[in-house]
Amino acid sequence: MTLKNKEELPLGGLIEEAGNAAEYETGGWRTFRPVWDFEKCIQCLTCWIYCPDSCIIVEDEKVKGADLRFCKGCGVCANECPPKIRAITMEEEVKFKK
Amino acid sequence: MAKRESMTGNQVVAECMRQINPDVVAAYPITPSTEVMQIFAQSVADGLVDTELVTVESEHSAMSACIGASAAGGRVMTATSACGLALMWELLPVASALRLPIVMTVVNRALSAPINIHCDHSDSMGCRDAGWIQLYSENAQEAYHNIIQAAKICNREGVWLPVMVCVDGFIISHSIESVEMLEDDEVQRFVGEFKPRKPLLDVDNPVTYGALDLQDYYMEHKKQVDDAIQSSKSEILKVAEEFKKEFGYEYGLIDSYMMEDAEVAIVALNSTAGTSKYVVNMLRQEGIKAGVLKIRVFRPFPADEIREALKNVKAVAVLDRSSSYGTAGPLFLDIRSAMYEADSKPFITNYIYGLGGRDIGIDELRSIYEGLISSIKEGKPARTYNWIGVREKV
Ligand code: SF4
Ligand code: SF4
Repeated sequence: MTLKNKEELPLGGLIEEAGNAAEYETGGWRTFRPVWDFEKCIQCLTCWIYCPDSCIIVEDEKVKGADLRFCKGCGVCANECPPKIRAITMEEEVKFKK
Repeated sequence: MAKRESMTGNQVVAECMRQINPDVVAAYPITPSTEVMQIFAQSVADGLVDTELVTVESEHSAMSACIGASAAGGRVMTATSACGLALMWELLPVASALRLPIVMTVVNRALSAPINIHCDHSDSMGCRDAGWIQLYSENAQEAYHNIIQAAKICNREGVWLPVMVCVDGFIISHSIESVEMLEDDEVQRFVGEFKPRKPLLDVDNPVTYGALDLQDYYMEHKKQVDDAIQSSKSEILKVAEEFKKEFGYEYGLIDSYMMEDAEVAIVALNSTAGTSKYVVNMLRQEGIKAGVLKIRVFRPFPADEIREALKNVKAVAVLDRSSSYGTAGPLFLDIRSAMYEADSKPFITNYIYGLGGRDIGIDELRSIYEGLISSIKEGKPARTYNWIGVREKV
Protein backbone atom coordinates (compact mmCIF):
# COMPACT_ATOMS: atom_id res chain seq x y z
CA MET A 1 0.00 0.00 0.00
CA THR A 2 1.42 3.41 -0.91
CA LEU A 3 0.75 6.10 1.66
CA LYS A 4 -0.46 9.50 0.54
CA ASN A 5 1.69 12.55 1.16
CA LYS A 6 0.51 15.65 2.96
CA GLU A 7 -0.70 17.48 -0.15
CA GLU A 8 -2.99 14.59 -1.07
CA LEU A 9 -4.63 14.26 2.35
CA PRO A 10 -7.90 16.02 3.24
CA LEU A 11 -7.31 18.99 5.55
CA GLY A 12 -7.89 18.33 9.21
CA GLY A 13 -7.64 14.57 8.82
CA LEU A 14 -11.27 14.42 7.71
CA ILE A 15 -12.58 11.21 6.25
CA GLU A 16 -14.50 12.17 3.15
CA GLU A 17 -15.62 8.78 1.83
CA ALA A 18 -17.79 6.47 3.91
CA GLY A 19 -16.68 2.87 4.44
CA ASN A 20 -13.12 3.40 3.27
CA ALA A 21 -11.71 1.20 6.04
CA ALA A 22 -11.88 -1.54 3.39
CA GLU A 23 -8.95 0.18 1.70
CA TYR A 24 -6.91 0.31 4.88
CA GLU A 25 -4.84 -2.86 4.75
CA THR A 26 -4.05 -4.23 8.17
CA GLY A 27 -2.57 -7.59 7.20
CA GLY A 28 0.95 -6.25 7.70
CA TRP A 29 0.69 -6.96 11.44
CA ARG A 30 0.69 -10.74 10.77
CA THR A 31 3.49 -13.07 11.89
CA PHE A 32 1.52 -16.30 11.18
CA ARG A 33 -0.91 -16.99 8.38
CA PRO A 34 -3.66 -19.63 8.09
CA VAL A 35 -3.16 -22.31 5.47
CA TRP A 36 -6.11 -24.50 4.43
CA ASP A 37 -6.10 -28.16 3.61
CA PHE A 38 -9.22 -28.36 1.44
CA GLU A 39 -8.95 -32.18 1.35
CA LYS A 40 -9.88 -32.13 5.06
CA CYS A 41 -12.26 -29.12 5.11
CA ILE A 42 -15.93 -30.07 5.49
CA GLN A 43 -17.19 -26.54 4.68
CA CYS A 44 -18.91 -26.10 8.04
CA LEU A 45 -18.12 -22.34 7.81
CA THR A 46 -17.10 -22.19 11.49
CA CYS A 47 -13.88 -20.36 10.59
CA TRP A 48 -15.91 -17.80 8.62
CA ILE A 49 -18.18 -17.18 11.61
CA TYR A 50 -15.32 -16.78 14.08
CA CYS A 51 -12.77 -14.70 12.16
CA PRO A 52 -12.68 -11.38 14.07
CA ASP A 53 -11.50 -9.52 10.97
CA SER A 54 -14.12 -10.88 8.55
CA CYS A 55 -11.39 -11.94 6.20
CA ILE A 56 -12.42 -15.49 5.35
CA ILE A 57 -13.43 -15.55 1.69
CA VAL A 58 -16.61 -17.47 0.94
CA GLU A 59 -17.77 -17.98 -2.61
CA ASP A 60 -20.69 -20.17 -3.63
CA GLU A 61 -21.14 -21.10 0.04
CA LYS A 62 -17.61 -22.47 0.15
CA VAL A 63 -14.59 -21.28 2.10
CA LYS A 64 -11.73 -20.34 -0.27
CA GLY A 65 -9.17 -19.15 2.27
CA ALA A 66 -8.40 -15.81 3.93
CA ASP A 67 -8.05 -12.32 2.47
CA LEU A 68 -4.46 -11.81 3.59
CA ARG A 69 -4.68 -8.02 3.14
CA PHE A 70 -6.62 -8.00 6.41
CA CYS A 71 -5.73 -11.28 8.17
CA LYS A 72 -3.86 -10.49 11.42
CA GLY A 73 -2.81 -14.11 11.87
CA CYS A 74 -4.58 -14.45 15.21
CA GLY A 75 -5.22 -18.16 14.71
CA VAL A 76 -8.84 -18.05 15.84
CA CYS A 77 -9.91 -19.82 12.62
CA ALA A 78 -7.41 -22.66 13.15
CA ASN A 79 -8.49 -22.97 16.78
CA GLU A 80 -12.20 -23.07 15.98
CA CYS A 81 -11.98 -25.52 13.08
CA PRO A 82 -13.58 -28.70 14.52
CA PRO A 83 -10.96 -30.82 16.41
CA LYS A 84 -11.61 -33.89 14.31
CA ILE A 85 -11.04 -31.89 11.10
CA ARG A 86 -8.16 -29.49 11.82
CA ALA A 87 -8.12 -28.22 8.25
CA ILE A 88 -6.23 -25.05 9.06
CA THR A 89 -2.64 -24.78 10.22
CA MET A 90 -0.92 -21.56 11.18
CA GLU A 91 2.34 -21.22 9.29
CA GLU A 92 5.12 -18.74 10.03
CA GLU A 93 4.80 -15.73 7.76
CA VAL A 94 8.53 -15.61 7.15
CA LYS A 95 8.29 -18.89 5.16
CA PHE A 96 6.31 -17.07 2.49
CA LYS A 97 8.80 -14.24 2.09
CA LYS A 98 11.04 -14.72 -0.94
CA MET B 1 -20.14 56.19 8.74
CA ALA B 2 -17.95 55.45 11.70
CA LYS B 3 -18.96 56.97 15.03
CA ARG B 4 -16.95 57.64 18.19
CA GLU B 5 -18.12 56.02 21.38
CA SER B 6 -16.73 55.77 24.88
CA MET B 7 -16.60 52.15 25.94
CA THR B 8 -14.58 49.72 28.00
CA GLY B 9 -12.46 47.20 26.11
CA ASN B 10 -14.88 44.42 27.03
CA GLN B 11 -17.83 46.45 25.74
CA VAL B 12 -15.99 46.97 22.49
CA VAL B 13 -15.34 43.22 22.12
CA ALA B 14 -18.98 42.36 22.88
CA GLU B 15 -20.19 45.08 20.51
CA CYS B 16 -17.89 43.71 17.82
CA MET B 17 -19.33 40.22 18.32
CA ARG B 18 -22.85 41.66 18.03
CA GLN B 19 -21.91 43.32 14.76
CA ILE B 20 -20.38 40.10 13.39
CA ASN B 21 -23.47 38.13 14.50
CA PRO B 22 -21.84 34.68 14.83
CA ASP B 23 -23.93 31.51 14.56
CA VAL B 24 -22.72 30.02 17.82
CA VAL B 25 -21.02 31.49 20.89
CA ALA B 26 -20.02 29.39 23.90
CA ALA B 27 -19.96 31.28 27.17
CA TYR B 28 -18.32 30.61 30.50
CA PRO B 29 -17.46 33.53 32.77
CA ILE B 30 -13.96 34.23 33.99
CA THR B 31 -12.49 37.53 35.12
CA PRO B 32 -11.58 39.77 33.34
CA SER B 33 -13.38 38.49 30.21
CA THR B 34 -16.72 37.83 31.97
CA GLU B 35 -18.21 41.14 30.86
CA VAL B 36 -17.72 40.26 27.20
CA MET B 37 -20.15 37.38 27.52
CA GLN B 38 -22.42 39.23 29.91
CA ILE B 39 -22.89 42.10 27.46
CA PHE B 40 -23.13 39.80 24.46
CA ALA B 41 -25.72 37.63 26.25
CA GLN B 42 -27.83 40.77 26.58
CA SER B 43 -27.67 41.23 22.81
CA VAL B 44 -28.83 37.62 22.41
CA ALA B 45 -31.65 38.16 24.93
CA ASP B 46 -32.70 41.35 23.17
CA GLY B 47 -32.86 39.53 19.84
CA LEU B 48 -30.19 41.74 18.27
CA VAL B 49 -28.28 38.69 16.96
CA ASP B 50 -29.24 35.27 15.61
CA THR B 51 -26.59 33.61 17.75
CA GLU B 52 -27.13 30.35 19.58
CA LEU B 53 -25.56 31.14 22.96
CA VAL B 54 -24.35 27.95 24.60
CA THR B 55 -23.87 28.33 28.34
CA VAL B 56 -21.55 25.58 29.48
CA GLU B 57 -20.20 24.33 32.80
CA SER B 58 -16.49 25.01 32.21
CA GLU B 59 -14.08 26.47 29.67
CA HIS B 60 -13.13 22.95 28.63
CA SER B 61 -16.74 22.53 27.57
CA ALA B 62 -16.82 26.01 26.05
CA MET B 63 -14.04 25.10 23.64
CA SER B 64 -15.61 21.66 23.04
CA ALA B 65 -18.88 23.36 22.13
CA CYS B 66 -17.01 25.74 19.82
CA ILE B 67 -15.28 22.82 18.11
CA GLY B 68 -18.55 20.93 17.63
CA ALA B 69 -20.37 23.99 16.33
CA SER B 70 -17.51 24.92 14.04
CA ALA B 71 -17.29 21.40 12.61
CA ALA B 72 -21.05 21.56 12.09
CA GLY B 73 -20.43 24.57 9.87
CA GLY B 74 -21.15 27.66 11.96
CA ARG B 75 -19.29 30.92 12.43
CA VAL B 76 -18.15 30.49 16.03
CA MET B 77 -16.72 32.87 18.61
CA THR B 78 -15.94 32.88 22.32
CA ALA B 79 -13.86 34.73 24.89
CA THR B 80 -11.86 33.70 27.92
CA SER B 81 -8.96 34.53 30.24
CA ALA B 82 -6.15 32.93 32.23
CA CYS B 83 -7.10 29.69 33.99
CA GLY B 84 -10.08 29.40 31.66
CA LEU B 85 -7.77 29.35 28.68
CA ALA B 86 -5.53 26.89 30.50
CA LEU B 87 -8.52 24.61 31.04
CA MET B 88 -9.22 24.77 27.30
CA TRP B 89 -5.68 23.79 26.48
CA GLU B 90 -6.39 20.16 25.66
CA LEU B 91 -8.87 21.26 23.00
CA LEU B 92 -6.85 24.07 21.45
CA PRO B 93 -4.71 21.81 19.22
CA VAL B 94 -7.87 19.89 18.31
CA ALA B 95 -9.41 23.10 16.94
CA SER B 96 -6.31 23.92 14.91
CA ALA B 97 -5.66 20.41 13.61
CA LEU B 98 -9.30 19.97 12.58
CA ARG B 99 -8.84 23.33 10.79
CA LEU B 100 -11.75 25.01 12.51
CA PRO B 101 -11.96 28.79 12.08
CA ILE B 102 -12.97 29.73 15.65
CA VAL B 103 -12.32 33.31 16.78
CA MET B 104 -11.57 33.71 20.47
CA THR B 105 -10.81 36.89 22.39
CA VAL B 106 -8.30 36.26 25.15
CA VAL B 107 -8.47 38.95 27.79
CA ASN B 108 -4.97 38.38 29.14
CA ARG B 109 -4.62 37.55 32.81
CA ALA B 110 -2.07 35.94 35.12
CA LEU B 111 -2.18 32.23 35.90
CA SER B 112 -2.38 30.97 39.47
CA ALA B 113 -0.74 30.54 41.94
CA PRO B 114 -0.93 32.78 43.87
CA ILE B 115 -4.41 33.67 42.68
CA ASN B 116 -4.33 36.90 40.74
CA ILE B 117 -6.93 38.37 38.41
CA HIS B 118 -4.77 41.02 36.75
CA CYS B 119 -2.98 41.25 33.46
CA ASP B 120 -0.02 39.33 32.20
CA HIS B 121 0.57 37.14 29.18
CA SER B 122 1.26 33.79 30.80
CA ASP B 123 -2.12 32.54 29.57
CA SER B 124 -1.79 33.23 25.83
CA MET B 125 1.96 32.49 25.84
CA GLY B 126 1.19 29.18 27.51
CA CYS B 127 -0.69 28.09 24.41
CA ARG B 128 1.52 29.66 21.76
CA ASP B 129 2.33 26.16 20.43
CA ALA B 130 -1.28 25.10 19.89
CA GLY B 131 -1.44 26.00 16.20
CA TRP B 132 -3.62 29.08 16.70
CA ILE B 133 -2.92 32.38 14.98
CA GLN B 134 -2.29 34.97 17.73
CA LEU B 135 -2.97 38.67 17.25
CA TYR B 136 -2.10 41.18 20.00
CA SER B 137 -3.87 44.51 20.50
CA GLU B 138 -2.40 47.73 21.85
CA ASN B 139 -5.75 49.22 22.87
CA ALA B 140 -9.51 48.72 22.56
CA GLN B 141 -9.54 50.26 19.09
CA GLU B 142 -7.04 47.70 17.86
CA ALA B 143 -8.82 44.86 19.64
CA TYR B 144 -11.93 45.87 17.70
CA HIS B 145 -10.08 45.96 14.39
CA ASN B 146 -8.22 42.72 15.15
CA ILE B 147 -11.42 40.79 15.87
CA ILE B 148 -13.04 42.02 12.66
CA GLN B 149 -9.96 40.99 10.70
CA ALA B 150 -9.68 37.68 12.58
CA ALA B 151 -13.22 36.79 11.50
CA LYS B 152 -12.03 37.13 7.93
CA ILE B 153 -8.52 35.62 8.25
CA CYS B 154 -9.66 32.40 9.93
CA ASN B 155 -11.62 30.98 7.00
CA ARG B 156 -9.49 32.26 4.12
CA GLU B 157 -8.54 29.58 1.63
CA GLY B 158 -5.13 28.30 2.62
CA VAL B 159 -5.68 29.27 6.28
CA TRP B 160 -8.69 27.54 7.93
CA LEU B 161 -7.25 28.00 11.40
CA PRO B 162 -8.55 29.34 14.70
CA VAL B 163 -7.47 32.84 15.71
CA MET B 164 -6.86 34.22 19.19
CA VAL B 165 -7.12 37.98 19.68
CA CYS B 166 -5.27 39.06 22.82
CA VAL B 167 -6.23 42.11 24.87
CA ASP B 168 -4.71 43.20 28.19
CA GLY B 169 -6.98 42.40 31.12
CA PHE B 170 -8.23 45.41 33.13
CA ILE B 171 -5.70 47.77 31.53
CA ILE B 172 -7.79 47.61 28.34
CA SER B 173 -10.74 45.39 29.23
CA HIS B 174 -12.05 47.62 32.02
CA SER B 175 -10.74 51.05 30.99
CA ILE B 176 -13.00 53.40 29.08
CA GLU B 177 -11.58 54.51 25.77
CA SER B 178 -12.93 56.59 22.94
CA VAL B 179 -13.27 54.10 20.10
CA GLU B 180 -14.26 54.69 16.52
CA MET B 181 -16.95 52.11 15.83
CA LEU B 182 -17.95 51.08 12.32
CA GLU B 183 -21.53 50.69 11.22
CA ASP B 184 -23.07 47.23 11.59
CA ASP B 185 -23.46 46.80 7.84
CA GLU B 186 -19.85 47.88 7.21
CA VAL B 187 -18.63 45.15 9.56
CA GLN B 188 -21.03 42.62 8.04
CA ARG B 189 -19.91 43.48 4.55
CA PHE B 190 -16.24 43.26 5.47
CA VAL B 191 -16.38 39.89 7.24
CA GLY B 192 -18.73 38.55 4.55
CA GLU B 193 -21.04 35.61 4.60
CA PHE B 194 -19.53 32.59 6.35
CA LYS B 195 -19.13 29.58 4.09
CA PRO B 196 -17.99 26.49 5.96
CA ARG B 197 -15.46 24.11 4.42
CA LYS B 198 -16.71 20.57 5.09
CA PRO B 199 -19.67 20.99 7.42
CA LEU B 200 -20.92 17.98 9.36
CA LEU B 201 -24.47 19.17 8.76
CA ASP B 202 -24.09 18.74 5.00
CA VAL B 203 -25.76 15.33 5.04
CA ASP B 204 -25.43 14.94 1.27
CA ASN B 205 -21.65 14.96 1.60
CA PRO B 206 -20.98 13.17 4.88
CA VAL B 207 -17.53 13.43 6.45
CA THR B 208 -15.93 12.11 9.62
CA TYR B 209 -14.19 14.60 11.93
CA GLY B 210 -11.64 13.50 14.50
CA ALA B 211 -10.74 10.02 13.29
CA LEU B 212 -7.78 8.05 14.64
CA ASP B 213 -4.55 9.04 12.92
CA LEU B 214 -1.51 7.00 13.86
CA GLN B 215 2.15 6.85 12.83
CA ASP B 216 1.30 6.63 9.15
CA TYR B 217 -0.53 9.98 8.81
CA TYR B 218 -0.36 12.07 12.03
CA MET B 219 2.79 13.93 10.99
CA GLU B 220 1.40 14.81 7.56
CA HIS B 221 -1.67 16.36 9.17
CA LYS B 222 0.44 18.33 11.66
CA LYS B 223 2.67 19.52 8.83
CA GLN B 224 -0.47 20.75 7.07
CA VAL B 225 -1.18 22.88 10.16
CA ASP B 226 2.36 24.22 10.18
CA ASP B 227 2.26 24.98 6.44
CA ALA B 228 -1.07 26.78 6.88
CA ILE B 229 0.02 28.91 9.82
CA GLN B 230 3.33 29.77 8.15
CA SER B 231 1.62 30.82 4.94
CA SER B 232 -1.19 32.61 6.80
CA LYS B 233 1.21 35.58 7.02
CA SER B 234 0.37 36.61 3.50
CA GLU B 235 -3.38 36.16 4.10
CA ILE B 236 -3.18 38.24 7.30
CA LEU B 237 -1.50 40.96 5.24
CA LYS B 238 -4.08 40.70 2.46
CA VAL B 239 -6.93 41.09 4.96
CA ALA B 240 -5.07 44.06 6.49
CA GLU B 241 -4.79 45.57 3.01
CA GLU B 242 -8.54 45.14 2.43
CA PHE B 243 -9.19 46.65 5.87
CA LYS B 244 -7.06 49.67 5.00
CA LYS B 245 -8.87 50.12 1.71
CA GLU B 246 -12.28 49.98 3.39
CA PHE B 247 -11.65 51.85 6.62
CA GLY B 248 -8.29 53.60 6.32
CA TYR B 249 -6.54 51.93 9.26
CA GLU B 250 -3.18 50.36 8.56
CA TYR B 251 -2.05 47.04 10.07
CA GLY B 252 0.96 44.82 9.49
CA LEU B 253 2.57 41.86 11.17
CA ILE B 254 4.63 44.31 13.20
CA ASP B 255 4.27 48.00 13.89
CA SER B 256 7.43 50.11 13.78
CA TYR B 257 7.33 53.37 15.72
CA MET B 258 10.24 55.77 15.15
CA MET B 259 12.35 52.85 14.05
CA GLU B 260 13.83 54.33 10.83
CA ASP B 261 16.87 55.84 12.55
CA ALA B 262 16.51 54.29 16.02
CA GLU B 263 19.66 53.23 17.87
CA VAL B 264 17.84 51.78 20.86
CA ALA B 265 14.50 49.99 20.77
CA ILE B 266 11.96 48.25 22.93
CA VAL B 267 10.01 45.31 21.53
CA ALA B 268 6.67 44.75 23.24
CA LEU B 269 3.19 43.30 22.90
CA ASN B 270 -0.23 44.78 23.67
CA SER B 271 -0.72 47.89 25.82
CA THR B 272 2.93 48.23 26.89
CA ALA B 273 3.78 49.11 23.29
CA GLY B 274 1.55 52.17 23.70
CA THR B 275 3.25 53.29 26.92
CA SER B 276 6.64 52.73 25.26
CA LYS B 277 5.65 54.99 22.36
CA TYR B 278 4.88 57.71 24.91
CA VAL B 279 8.35 57.29 26.43
CA VAL B 280 9.92 57.38 22.96
CA ASN B 281 8.24 60.74 22.32
CA MET B 282 9.89 62.05 25.51
CA LEU B 283 13.29 60.63 24.59
CA ARG B 284 13.11 61.97 21.05
CA GLN B 285 12.61 65.50 22.46
CA GLU B 286 15.87 64.99 24.34
CA GLY B 287 17.59 63.98 21.12
CA ILE B 288 17.76 60.25 21.94
CA LYS B 289 17.16 58.02 18.94
CA ALA B 290 14.70 55.58 20.47
CA GLY B 291 12.02 53.45 18.84
CA VAL B 292 9.37 50.86 19.57
CA LEU B 293 8.70 47.66 17.70
CA LYS B 294 5.24 46.35 18.48
CA ILE B 295 4.52 42.75 17.56
CA ARG B 296 0.93 42.47 16.34
CA VAL B 297 1.15 38.92 15.00
CA PHE B 298 3.00 36.61 17.37
CA ARG B 299 1.91 33.36 15.65
CA PRO B 300 2.87 32.97 12.84
CA PHE B 301 6.10 34.55 14.07
CA PRO B 302 7.25 37.30 11.68
CA ALA B 303 10.98 36.54 12.02
CA ASP B 304 12.07 38.09 8.69
CA GLU B 305 10.14 41.28 9.29
CA ILE B 306 11.54 41.64 12.82
CA ARG B 307 15.10 41.04 11.60
CA GLU B 308 14.61 43.71 8.96
CA ALA B 309 13.14 46.17 11.48
CA LEU B 310 15.97 45.68 13.98
CA LYS B 311 18.88 45.50 11.56
CA ASN B 312 20.22 49.02 12.18
CA VAL B 313 19.45 49.20 15.88
CA LYS B 314 22.42 48.96 18.25
CA ALA B 315 20.67 47.69 21.36
CA VAL B 316 17.26 46.13 21.86
CA ALA B 317 15.25 45.27 24.97
CA VAL B 318 12.56 42.65 24.52
CA LEU B 319 9.80 43.00 27.08
CA ASP B 320 7.96 39.87 28.15
CA ARG B 321 4.87 39.95 30.34
CA SER B 322 5.43 36.26 31.14
CA SER B 323 8.38 33.98 31.60
CA SER B 324 9.19 30.57 30.26
CA TYR B 325 10.50 29.78 33.73
CA GLY B 326 13.93 28.20 33.62
CA THR B 327 14.95 29.90 30.40
CA ALA B 328 13.72 33.44 29.58
CA GLY B 329 10.75 35.31 28.11
CA PRO B 330 9.02 33.61 25.16
CA LEU B 331 9.03 36.70 22.94
CA PHE B 332 12.72 37.23 23.68
CA LEU B 333 13.59 33.63 22.78
CA ASP B 334 11.90 33.91 19.40
CA ILE B 335 13.42 37.31 18.65
CA ARG B 336 16.94 36.34 19.62
CA SER B 337 16.57 33.21 17.51
CA ALA B 338 15.39 35.35 14.55
CA MET B 339 18.37 37.67 14.98
CA TYR B 340 20.87 34.82 14.75
CA GLU B 341 20.68 35.14 10.97
CA ALA B 342 21.13 38.93 10.94
CA ASP B 343 24.31 40.32 9.37
CA SER B 344 24.94 42.73 12.22
CA LYS B 345 23.43 41.82 15.52
CA PRO B 346 22.28 44.38 18.08
CA PHE B 347 22.78 43.71 21.80
CA ILE B 348 19.58 41.99 22.90
CA THR B 349 18.39 41.94 26.48
CA ASN B 350 15.24 40.59 28.02
CA TYR B 351 13.06 42.13 30.72
CA ILE B 352 10.30 40.22 32.44
CA TYR B 353 7.81 42.80 33.70
CA GLY B 354 4.28 43.41 34.83
CA LEU B 355 3.39 39.93 36.08
CA GLY B 356 0.03 39.77 37.82
CA GLY B 357 -0.84 43.28 36.71
CA ARG B 358 2.15 45.07 38.23
CA ASP B 359 2.37 48.45 36.53
CA ILE B 360 5.10 49.22 34.09
CA GLY B 361 5.47 52.96 34.24
CA ILE B 362 7.24 55.65 32.30
CA ASP B 363 10.19 55.59 34.71
CA GLU B 364 10.82 51.87 34.27
CA LEU B 365 10.60 52.04 30.50
CA ARG B 366 12.94 55.04 30.55
CA SER B 367 15.42 53.15 32.67
CA ILE B 368 15.33 50.27 30.17
CA TYR B 369 16.18 52.68 27.33
CA GLU B 370 18.94 54.20 29.48
CA GLY B 371 20.34 50.74 30.12
CA LEU B 372 20.46 50.15 26.37
CA ILE B 373 22.25 53.46 25.81
CA SER B 374 24.89 52.68 28.41
CA SER B 375 25.48 49.20 27.00
CA ILE B 376 26.21 50.85 23.63
CA LYS B 377 28.60 53.31 25.35
CA GLU B 378 30.39 50.50 27.15
CA GLY B 379 30.47 48.44 23.99
CA LYS B 380 29.18 45.33 25.71
CA PRO B 381 25.74 43.89 26.24
CA ALA B 382 23.99 44.30 29.56
CA ARG B 383 22.86 41.23 31.53
CA THR B 384 20.66 39.19 29.21
CA TYR B 385 17.84 38.11 31.48
CA ASN B 386 16.33 40.64 33.86
CA TRP B 387 13.19 41.11 35.88
CA ILE B 388 12.09 44.72 36.24
CA GLY B 389 9.91 46.03 39.04
CA VAL B 390 10.71 43.25 41.51
CA ARG B 391 11.89 44.02 45.04
CA GLU B 392 15.06 42.07 45.62
CA LYS B 393 18.42 42.35 47.39
CA VAL B 394 21.05 43.68 45.05
S1 SF4 C 1 -5.87 -16.00 11.45
FE1 SF4 C 1 -7.40 -14.73 12.50
S2 SF4 C 1 -7.63 -13.01 11.13
FE2 SF4 C 1 -6.63 -14.57 9.93
S3 SF4 C 1 -8.28 -15.65 8.92
FE3 SF4 C 1 -7.86 -16.74 10.81
S4 SF4 C 1 -9.27 -15.88 12.28
FE4 SF4 C 1 -9.21 -14.47 10.56
S1 SF4 D 1 -13.82 -24.44 10.22
FE1 SF4 D 1 -12.46 -25.91 9.32
S2 SF4 D 1 -13.81 -27.37 8.41
FE2 SF4 D 1 -15.07 -25.64 8.88
S3 SF4 D 1 -15.04 -24.46 6.98
FE3 SF4 D 1 -13.40 -23.71 8.18
S4 SF4 D 1 -11.63 -24.82 7.54
FE4 SF4 D 1 -13.38 -25.93 6.80
